[in-house]
Amino acid sequence: MKRRVVITGLGVVAPNGVGVTAFLEAIQNGISCIKFNPELDRLQFSCQISGTPEISDALKEKYFTTLELRNFNSTGILYGVVAGMQAWADAGLPIVSQDVPDWDSGTIFGTGTSGIDKFRESIYKIDDFQTRKLGSTAVAQTMNSGVSAYLAGKLGLGNQVTTNSSACTTGTESILMAYDRIVSGQAQRILAGSTSDSGPYIWGGFDAMKVCTFKHNHEPEKGSRPMSASASGFVPSSGAGALILEDLETAMARGAKIYAEVLGGNINSGGQRGEGTMTAPNSVAVQRCIIKAIESAGISAQQIEAINGHLTATSKDSLEILNWVAALNRKGKDFPYINSLKSMVGHCLSGAGSIESVATVLELCHGFIFPNLNCEDLHPEIAEIVANERIPQRMVEKQINIIAKASFGFGDVNACVIFKKYTQ
Amino acid sequence: MENTEIVNQLIAIVKPYVTEVEALNDLNENTDFINDLKINSANLVDIVLDIEEVFGIEIDNESMQKMLTVKATVEIIQNKLKI
Repeated sequence: MKRRVVITGLGVVAPNGVGVTAFLEAIQNGISCIKFNPELDRLQFSCQISGTPEISDALKEKYFTTLELRNFNSTGILYGVVAGMQAWADAGLPIVSQDVPDWDSGTIFGTGTSGIDKFRESIYKIDDFQTRKLGSTAVAQTMNSGVSAYLAGKLGLGNQVTTNSSACTTGTESILMAYDRIVSGQAQRILAGSTSDSGPYIWGGFDAMKVCTFKHNHEPEKGSRPMSASASGFVPSSGAGALILEDLETAMARGAKIYAEVLGGNINSGGQRGEGTMTAPNSVAVQRCIIKAIESAGISAQQIEAINGHLTATSKDSLEILNWVAALNRKGKDFPYINSLKSMVGHCLSGAGSIESVATVLELCHGFIFPNLNCEDLHPEIAEIVANERIPQRMVEKQINIIAKASFGFGDVNACVIFKKYTQ
Repeated sequence: MENTEIVNQLIAIVKPYVTEVEALNDLNENTDFINDLKINSANLVDIVLDIEEVFGIEIDNESMQKMLTVKATVEIIQNKLKI
């Protein structure tokens, strides 16, 4: 029989909450964390609002040694390590002793870039003929796999330790890669997650492309407007999410608490063919990804009770809804509930898929659908095809059995994972 | 500068990098940074940068390669201070 994969631990560093307890409270109450960012203003960005997690010095010192914090300048690694270590502790897992690695546990922890501020600092030194003054810290903080390497070292992981990268799909992809590795019997558990750096050097390129909103600098909390008629681009943000995926038998044998089950999913690409390009999705591929995910999970489209969408607040939101409608063959009042965490936290880029998956798992575990903010003026193309009540603007308290989570990214890449409330 | 003064400053410099802090108590001129103090070899370049800053000297690549023990390090610092 196919191995079942469950989620036994969660960690999150989101702009509206660090740690599962704070994050759960924030998403249940629809708390936005989008703020005016003076640095983006100083640098004359068009979009001067953002979402940035706040990490206290005490939290840094909890997870990093004093030596590690010397010349440390990588927000992505900071967020990823905090979220990953939280998830490990939440799962009740021990940290192995000094000598022998934990051969059965690994990590697939994705990111788009690593330590972009450290990179900038290093480049200035190199151009100033000071390469030798980089010291030993530049490589570990700027290699893409830095985040998984830091986590593996702290936890003594002896199975696969890697970093995946697929733009805004990254976090959802890491969950499915972890799922595959456990189903194939190559690992008992994988710390799956993703992270994104903060700041102008990561967000600047998006600002230049005019895909970020520049219309809400005076009202930051209203800036992130997925599915709204007045949506005018995403709000840049950052953070990390982490989930412990574990073989069900192993989890039960050690008496672990179980948050939810991963039923299956699919990863594909539109190949930048048809209507797909570097930046635009090929709808055929998006629909295929959703359909294949449902097949992989062994359920019917009708069983999906809620969708945690990608829904960034760009002009592509309507197209995403149309793709869900076509893939599920459901519309109007028959369409599942749908929500977008980005209305509260903005677009956490490579961190988005995992932060949004943590939110999805919490919905299943605690029986609620978090509210969508800023879509009181629902886009007419969406209102025409999905009933208003399926896009809740207040939290819905309801036991939900199955939620589909999808992420789509630059490069025409897609990932869809199916989560289920755990039952024996 | 007296050797003992250099050694005392050296102890303060290497302290953050040492994983076996007790070994610092037994530090003498034959102490080896990697074998005795269990310093990660990658951190030796950081220690050299810290030494340069504290003593206001510049250490060339060849000298750097020799700085594996307290004795060799003190000698190199003394030589550079004379320049």
